[in-house]
Parts: sequence; C-alpha cells; structure tokens
Amino acid sequence: MASVSLSEAEKVYIVHGVQEDLRVDGRGCEDYRCVEVETDVVSNTSGSARVKLGHTDILVGVKAEMGTPKLEKPNEGYLEFFVDCSANATPEFEGRGGDDLGTEIANTLYRIFNNKSSVDLKSLCISPREHCWILYVDVLLLECDGNLFDTICIAVKAALFNTRIPRVRVLEDEEGSKDIELSDDPYDCIRLSVENVPCIVTLCKIGYRHVVDATLQEEACSLASLLVSVTSTGVVTCMRKTGKRVGKVLHASLQSVLHKEESLGPKRQKVGFLG
Amino acid sequence: MAMEMRLPVARKPLSESVGRDTKKHLVVPGDTITTDTGFMRGHGTYMGEEKLIASVAGSVERVNKLICVKALKTRYNGEVGDIVVGRITERRRSAEDELAMRGFLQEVDLISAEVQAVFSDGAVSLHTRSLKYGKLGQGVLVQVSPSLVKRQKTHFHDLPCGASVILGNNGFIWIYPTPEHKEEDAGGFTANLEPVSLADREVISRLRNCIVLLVTQRVMLYDTSILYCYEASLPHQIKDLLKPEIMEEVVMETRQRLLEQEG
Repeated sequence: MASVSLSEAEKVYIVHGVQEDLRVDGRGCEDYRCVEVETDVVSNTSGSARVKLGHTDILVGVKAEMGTPKLEKPNEGYLEFFVDCSANATPEFEGRGGDDLGTEIANTLYRIFNNKSSVDLKSLCISPREHCWILYVDVLLLECDGNLFDTICIAVKAALFNTRIPRVRVLEDEEGSKDIELSDDPYDCIRLSVENVPCIVTLCKIGYRHVVDATLQEEACSLASLLVSVTSTGVVTCMRKTGKRVGKVLHASLQSVLHKEESLGPKRQKVGFLG
Repeated sequence: MAMEMRLPVARKPLSESVGRDTKKHLVVPGDTITTDTGFMRGHGTYMGEEKLIASVAGSVERVNKLICVKALKTRYNGEVGDIVVGRITERRRSAEDELAMRGFLQEVDLISAEVQAVFSDGAVSLHTRSLKYGKLGQGVLVQVSPSLVKRQKTHFHDLPCGASVILGNNGFIWIYPTPEHKEEDAGGFTANLEPVSLADREVISRLRNCIVLLVTQRVMLYDTSILYCYEASLPHQIKDLLKPEIMEEVVMETRQRLLEQEG
C-alpha cells in the first residue's frame, strides 16, 4: 500500500487527536471526506464512473462482452475484475510495484461479489450453456490518498449502475442452429439492478478508537484495520482483517498447548472438576 | 456521522471572481515574449534567434529593463538564507555520526533548517546553527507548491489565534501549538510528547484547512493571508471548510480584505 513516513511526534499527535474525536482535518471519527461521483466518463465502454474522495481518484470502466458461461454455472454470466495501480498514483507503483496491491484489491472484489444476490447473474445469460454476457470491470488507480477499498467499491457500483448492455435475441432456424441478433437501436439496452451491490467500509484502529475513511497519514498510525462489505439492507457479504496477527497468535498458542498436552501421554495428571 | 456525496462542478475561471483589470501575460515554454532586444533577460527566459523566449510556463513580469517569467508551479530551487522544513530520509553511516547524532535525530524526523550554500547541481547544504531551528515536535505538516510561499523577512510566525506556523520556502508548511515558554537550554532537539489540548487542536485543524483552501485557490501564503483566512472561516465548522461552496466564500472574503489592506 502506498505509505508516508511520519516522525514519532507526528504519530503521537494524530493518535491523541483521534482519542478526542478531532482528526487533523477537523473531522470526527465517523465522518467521511466529501465524495464526488461522475458516471459515463469513458466513451467506448459499456459503463464507467470516476470517484474522488479527497485526493483519492479512481476510474472504473465496464465492458460487456459475449462469451461462454462457466461449466459449473451454465445459466449465469459472470464478472471479471482487473485492478491497475498506475504509476500516476505514487512512484512506488512504478514498473511491477503496484501488482501486489492490484491483485489484493481484485481478490477482495471477487470475494465481495461471490454470492447469489449482489448482481443478478441470471439476467446476464443469453442462452444456457452457450452464450452469456461477461462483464469485464477494470479499475484504474489515478491518485492514492488513503481509503482505497471504499472508493473503489463506490466506483464499481456507480459504473455498474451506468452499464448499458445491448439487448439481444436468440433466433432459432429449422436446422436448430442458433443465431444471435443485436437490436438496431443503439439505445435499446438492458441495465443491471445494483440495489444489492455492496459497499465497503474500512475501519482503521488508531489507539483505542476506530476511524472511518483514514488518510494516508492516519493509515500509517493505525495498528490494524477491518474491512466490511455491506449491502443497502445491512447484509454483510465479506469481512477482511489486516494488521496485527492476533488471530494467528491465538491459533498458534492453542496449537502449542494442545500438542504439549498430547505429548504428556496417557499418564498425565487429569485435573478435571474436582482438582 | 457525516457522509456527503455530490456531483463534480467545473471550476470557474479565476478572472471572473477576482475582477482583475490588467490581464496577466501567460506564456508556455517556447513562446516568444518580445522581439525587442533592449531588455535584460531574467529567470525563466533565454535568447534565441534575436527573440526573447520563455523556458518555463508562467506569467511574464517586467521591472524596468528586466524581463523574467515567474513559473506557476516549480520544483524548489534553493537560495542561501531560505528557511526549509524537511524530513530526514537517509543519513551517513560513520562511527562518529552514530555516537553523536543518532541520539538526537533519527530517520523520518522533521527538522527546520536554513540553507547555508547551494551547489552547482542544485543540491543545498543546510545548517541548524541557531536555537530556533532543529527537530520539530508535535504538529501538522502541509505540503504545497513552493511557488505559493511568499518570500518574507521571517518565516516563523506566532499567530494570534493560538498556534504557530513555519512557512518553509520549499513548500513544506508546519503548524504546531505555540510553546508555553521559550526553552533556552533544550535547543530544540527533545520532542514534547504530552497530549495537546483540544482548544489548540481545533486552532491547528482550522489553520490546516485554511492553508489547503488558499492553496486550492492559488492565493500566496504569508502570515497576513493565513490570518485573514482564519478569521473569515470562523463562522463555519472546521470540517465544512473543504466543501467547494464554503471554500469559495471564504477565499473571496480573504481576497477582499487583502485588497483593502493593499489599497
């Protein structure tokens, strides 16, 4: 992740400020920065959106292409995500520097959308087992100023809202071979319902409190962060934790104690309830 | 809990809101400034084919016989005597250095210093040979374009609103709580890590937003402009200051007061 280096005193200032609910730019712990959303910014895509959250700038383009459905889901289309961390955002992303972050974000997006209700995949099917719509969602990071996941998810939702998929009809002639006919009218298209597309909320733990929408400096002071993707009705679709390995430490300690108990053999003194 | 989403609005051209009578002569690299050879050429220009040509993108300034082009956005060029605020990224690793300096200054620390000399390749050598320079403690750093920091006699200001500010010529602005008493013996290398009071924090956050506001509207930064902007921003909440409509309102009021003060 793009990061800034801060001196001890600067970090102490930020942490104390968060404790008192007054962050460096005057926001409270639960306040977002102002968001600007604009759709239909790229002309040769099926749908696009650009979202600016403070200085974080994300551009998403969606292209709908015809292809064959996956073997295990023959009645559905699917989405493919690709994230490009361009060197425009920060010099760290030069060359292959941004690839790790890009794959991490793409994997998170796959997990968020990996459920039955986020996007109605059955509506993307043209003819079962033969043709379906594949939506290629490309995310481009133009500028990075903290809180990437939230912004990317807002942009993806806006781009999917803006996506126009051409209406097609399947014609079957006497021999049984199918023909796909695209309608002549360029405005005759179907739109996706994005009601259940989730949005991500990232909570960063700073000191004893959590903040929403952390800037780069605040992310540098945070110990751990929790990413929750939640739909408009409050249903949680995915959760991810980054930071201190409390979970891993818990498992490692439990494992070592269980092994120790086993190594004592059958002759170990059992304490039970009467000990 | 505040969450605001809005549609983007195109920025209005500056001349409309300011109402300037004389339009600035803007040039880009390669533009001819004048074919009159009587002028002396200053920064940002060069002579080619008997014409004076601009080498940077900016506005042309003329003082009697001297023509120079003031760039709108540049990398910082050091001059002797400039005050800079900087972050230590790398250091020499010799034995004496380990013994002496590491106790005081680590990597990543912020310091304020003065430019002692400038080398021919553009590198500068800094010194902190005065008690007012040295390691910076708790506060907020704002990075702006160096061309927006006005050159003044002093760059250390104790603002009457309750905080102090260092306007580095390199574009790094440091806002910090005014120290209670001047520590003569500390010499500025031990950082005070006690919590800063809420009132001071509010002043510092407000100043930070004011500076960001002025920079977005390309107003020169110096103690008076920052102070006027602070006073104009008092009716609004600190976190509202970055909303476009409030930003315009505050900057217009600041510009008005600055014009009155000049005129």
